[in-house]
Amino acid sequence: MTVDELQQLALKEQEAKQRYRCRINVCVATGCIMCGSERVKEAIEEAVKARGLEKEVLVQGVGCLGLCSAGPMIYVEPDGIIYHKVTPEDAPAIVQGLVSTPVERLICPSDLPFFKRQLKIVMENSGTIDPERIEDYIAVGGYQALIKALTEMSPSEVIEEVTKSGLRGRGGAGYPTGLKWSTVAKANGTRKFVICNADEGDPGAYMDRTILESDPHRVLEGMAIAAYAVGAQQGFIYVRAEYPLAIKRLRTAIRQAERLNLLGNNILGTTFSFTVEIRVGAGAFVCGEETALMASIEGKRGTPRPRPPYPAEYGLWGYPTLINNVETFANIPPIIRNGGEWFAKIGTEKSKGTKVFALAGRVINTGLIEVPMGITLREIVFDIGGGIPEGKRFKAVQTGGPSGGCIPEQFLDLPVDYESLTRVGSIMGSGGMIVMDETSCMVDVAKFFVEFCMSESCGKCVPCRVGTAHLYELLRRITAEEGTMGDLALLEELCDLVKNTSLCGLGQTAPNPVLSTLRYFRHEYEAHILDKTCPAGVCSIRRAEEVPA
Amino acid sequence: MPVAATTLERPRVTPPSDDKRWRIVEATMRRHGYQPHALIETLHTVQETFGYIDEDAMRFVAQALRVPLSQVYGVVTFYHFFTLKPQGEHICVVCLGTACYIKGAPQILETIERAYGIKPGETTKDGKLSLLAARCLGACGLAPVAVFDGQVVGKLTPEDALKQIRRWEEDDGR
Repeated sequence: MTVDELQQLALKEQEAKQRYRCRINVCVATGCIMCGSERVKEAIEEAVKARGLEKEVLVQGVGCLGLCSAGPMIYVEPDGIIYHKVTPEDAPAIVQGLVSTPVERLICPSDLPFFKRQLKIVMENSGTIDPERIEDYIAVGGYQALIKALTEMSPSEVIEEVTKSGLRGRGGAGYPTGLKWSTVAKANGTRKFVICNADEGDPGAYMDRTILESDPHRVLEGMAIAAYAVGAQQGFIYVRAEYPLAIKRLRTAIRQAERLNLLGNNILGTTFSFTVEIRVGAGAFVCGEETALMASIEGKRGTPRPRPPYPAEYGLWGYPTLINNVETFANIPPIIRNGGEWFAKIGTEKSKGTKVFALAGRVINTGLIEVPMGITLREIVFDIGGGIPEGKRFKAVQTGGPSGGCIPEQFLDLPVDYESLTRVGSIMGSGGMIVMDETSCMVDVAKFFVEFCMSESCGKCVPCRVGTAHLYELLRRITAEEGTMGDLALLEELCDLVKNTSLCGLGQTAPNPVLSTLRYFRHEYEAHILDKTCPAGVCSIRRAEEVPA
Repeated sequence: MPVAATTLERPRVTPPSDDKRWRIVEATMRRHGYQPHALIETLHTVQETFGYIDEDAMRFVAQALRVPLSQVYGVVTFYHFFTLKPQGEHICVVCLGTACYIKGAPQILETIERAYGIKPGETTKDGKLSLLAARCLGACGLAPVAVFDGQVVGKLTPEDALKQIRRWEEDDGR
């Protein structure tokens, strides 16, 4: 395929779409499928057929619409109506609604702050295109950024644009993407690799899975641009085995892109060649760490190794390797299309662009959101999230999974960016955001994360393997009425040790949940130790209200 | 990437039995040119095909890919996804991710544990039910979540979970 042919394909697809009077987009990402959206889609297709509207109404499966708690979701274009909690029985009414008035009882008001406060860049196509058709992606400008990079820009110009954008790694640590790319580009190697880290192991995070399920071609395009910029010929996507739908859609996407010569040899008639392979993980949290991930791709146990040398110089099989997260790659096509300066206008001074968060826990609207950097936690939890259900009181928001921390109420007006979150003892992380209310015990939450890190520790270095086990034991004692104030001091000392002496990120950040809860919720620890009560009534010791006054 | 050992000098490694399913495993190894780095991909195929990975399978894969058996065993036991024992007829996976945890997943797990006398990772004596705990199924918006024989159910209560398992028992009893 040549560049011209691709442009023609885009035009043809756009015309084909225009021929339909309206489109019924049914969300077929995992969340909605769990609520039965596939049956809803079939029912709507039947209802459309029954009324003989096949030529006027297009029924298509699309990516995530965001509000996962109200699935299955449907988005009707061009009317812009969003239906929620749809059942197969509602199908005839929805189709009838296309010619008369929409079905009032199913409408999800689209002017809700949940939708209005978001800014979609990474998720721009989510909910409007069919993730299993490359033509849909091409019709909305897909692969134009790759064309632009290959035909109008030199590799160093691509890197310059990414640097100008200020994009930082979305995997959690926030390393400047442009800097990483230029290091790999400068590294000497007969071969180079590009790896997409889709081993989204943080419990409570599912942004990457949703991006892969909703718009897989965007990630492939981002990877291809990166490969061109750094001079790589081969790429790997390392996906968790727990995400079968994402794997399936990625395989489809790779096959389609190869068929159109958007991946493979001499892409679009240029001298640039790039292939992508999928590697399926096998359930090890530590494989999200880049050196462990590479060991896993090599077919070995996923244990990390000391850095330096960094993967940029000594990576997969010893060759220079670029590793970025799914969301980072997904940001690349719009940056190349619209320019780095456009991207740099969004967000804060040091954190540019948007961030996708998986909002979950004790909040009314749970689901996937994309917000500009710099938005406050209060806006996320109370405007977008709709606040705490059942009139309960907000206690904390946990970001960054097992590597992050709990942010208390006093910091609700904190702008969400890399530095601010780090300053209060948490991290941006990959984007899991769990809201907790008064029914959550913070000591129990800390124990939960430490237990996680303990069982996920690969065992290679002593501080992490032994340290997390002892941290867990101390927390177990505290939550089981056996703790002393001495344990608290020991806990703090041990946290410091594990943090400073562990080999990789897993161990270095494992104490964060303990440290942040100790910092802001020390009274809860003390209540467990001194009063032998669990204020939230979670731990198996007596509930607070059972204690006689 | 390391260059594949030439297939010419490679004596064909015979599968542990004449079970036709080994052909599927061989196909995966062939697709990757019998390279050692295909180990995890191959083990995925073994587990998908047979449901678990036993010693015979490990020996076979080790020989075919020219990887030490110790390394194969090391990899199989390192990753949670691989299992050395056959699973029960029905599998119930309870998600213990953060969102599910704070929304009551421990109670669901406890209820099943008590009713069937098994802990996560164990199978009932009659081989009917395996109970597993997952780290995060990425369906946090619908927490708490569990998977019953591949079917994901969200916003679950302990009672619903038991009902689901009882339904299996009734269906099998018929």
